Amino acid sequence: MTAPLEVVGRSVERSDAVGHVTGRTRFAADRAFPGMLHLKMVRSPLHHARVRGIDLSEAERVPGFVRALTAADVPHNRYTILSLIGVEPEEEFVLAEDRVRFKGEAIVAIVAETEEAAMEAVAKVRLDLDELPAVFDVEEALKPGAPIVTHWGNNTFMYEGHPCRRVRLGDVEAAFARADHIVEGVYNSSPIEHAPLETTGCIAVPEGGRFTVYTNTQALYFSLDNTSIILQVPGNRLHFIGGTVGGGFGGKVDVIVEPIATLAAMKTGRPVRFVYSRSEEMQVSSTRSAWRIYLKDGVTADGRIIARKVTSYADSGAYSRQTPYALTKHAANAAGPYAIPNVSIDAYCVYTNRQPTSAMRGFGVTMASFALEVQMDRIAETVGLDPWSIRFLNAYRNGDMKPHRKLADDATLIETMQAAAALVGHELTAEQQAMTSAPRAGGDPGGR
Amino acid sequence: MASTIVTFELGGREVEVLVRPMTTLQSVLRNQLGQTATKDGCRQGGCGSCTVLVDGEPMASCLLPIEDVAGRRVTTLESLTPAEGLHPVQQAFVDEYAFQCGYCTPGMVMLSKALLDHDPAPNDEAIGQALAGNLCRCTGYRPIVDAIRHASGAMSGHDTEPVR
Repeated sequence: MTAPLEVVGRSVERSDAVGHVTGRTRFAADRAFPGMLHLKMVRSPLHHARVRGIDLSEAERVPGFVRALTAADVPHNRYTILSLIGVEPEEEFVLAEDRVRFKGEAIVAIVAETEEAAMEAVAKVRLDLDELPAVFDVEEALKPGAPIVTHWGNNTFMYEGHPCRRVRLGDVEAAFARADHIVEGVYNSSPIEHAPLETTGCIAVPEGGRFTVYTNTQALYFSLDNTSIILQVPGNRLHFIGGTVGGGFGGKVDVIVEPIATLAAMKTGRPVRFVYSRSEEMQVSSTRSAWRIYLKDGVTADGRIIARKVTSYADSGAYSRQTPYALTKHAANAAGPYAIPNVSIDAYCVYTNRQPTSAMRGFGVTMASFALEVQMDRIAETVGLDPWSIRFLNAYRNGDMKPHRKLADDATLIETMQAAAALVGHELTAEQQAMTSAPRAGGDPGGR
Repeated sequence: MASTIVTFELGGREVEVLVRPMTTLQSVLRNQLGQTATKDGCRQGGCGSCTVLVDGEPMASCLLPIEDVAGRRVTTLESLTPAEGLHPVQQAFVDEYAFQCGYCTPGMVMLSKALLDHDPAPNDEAIGQALAGNLCRCTGYRPIVDAIRHASGAMSGHDTEPVR
């Protein structure tokens, strides 16, 4: 005898509901500790510059100033968040060394007795910067002579020695030559800020040789492990407490506040609070990348897509953070949920002097879907089909080989469209109603 | 400039704080009195997460100099919450799942309380008007509107079932 279901199919009160409606939920910045110091950041006012000097003399005289931290204070200053999953090279700086690569890049951390004193001292740090030419567009960044953002001589993340993530299936050029229609499009998107209502922040508290860090990160162990690497302390000296996140959407996975706050706690022996202002959240924290996606499709007169060529550029900004992974995901999805026998995808992670970009809801795939689905409507117009029919005709089925050589085994596009049609009252043809994602009788249409 | 002592009423109790000029009510509540139900989303009057009631009117505490509340009656979420159980507005937010991350919730609850005090049966337009200054980034506003309608029914003694 099976037990009755207690939860499935029922609405259950959330465990955090009473905390949220009474305000008793403790968000990271709701905590306070005796002797707590406040950290504020001196940031680059320029998009790209050489750092010639830092003058702290006036800042140090502000009442309440406790200390300043510069690159020389950070044990392992150059890091890459994704080094934990084998991504190289280390490229981002906790605090800038000889060069700043985006407006807002952290240069000096100021620790003071009060938030106001920290802000005043930040305003009194004098930076000697030599402005350098900057680049803000993905294709401009790839032209010869463009300002170079990275330390390895070009402006792309390198995938096993290649400047882009590549996917190849069949022969797109041969298929274009025999296609009845060629449909081309270019699709652009702007950076998008996650705008969580609670800004990014943490409080690091020294506790007898260990450090307890209360943080609103979405990636607790990523933060702990990266902090361990950056500070060169064993992970067992770090105790990270999180799980309560006042909105993240991918914007709180970047491990930016914890290492420096923990270092400041280490250097002062006191609790240190580092919480972004709203303007830092908007202008400094990662955004979704700006994208430019070129699509070229070869289509038969009856609407079958026989070739798709995708060239995508994601603007990573000055540092790559999670964006190399976004491009890999993108390359696996950039042909869309369609059975296309000839596919070529080049996906570039491009460095520019913009604010770094990183994870955000479906990153890598969201903008691919936007471009592809607008393109599908244009293909439908070109061949004289309605937008539903073009998708039913080209939808992939289980057993079809996807361009990156994964067999489709969870295809649901047809069933999803059937359900969507019912919801909006669109009448499908008898043939469309009868379709399923079950494997095709004749096998994969690409003949693979 | 010298610090001054400001006296106001908080949750039915007189409080006295020593403050520097231009300290905000938000800062006094959170940093001096430890009342952190009042949130800190922007300090620009843009998000509404710091909404409290001053003499029954919803206000963005992040823009309110503490001197301006001298002698006035301040109600925060701490003072709204009964010793046992929940205020009907709080219960309605629970029943309607009117939050996801919860960061906007304190401001939304205070705003809803003020709205229902003024207008026990607000129509959708009145609810929309009332919510215009408070942002929710997660859930969308539909369940919040449902919670206000639900609370309106509960507080008038009928229709206490969830709206959905």
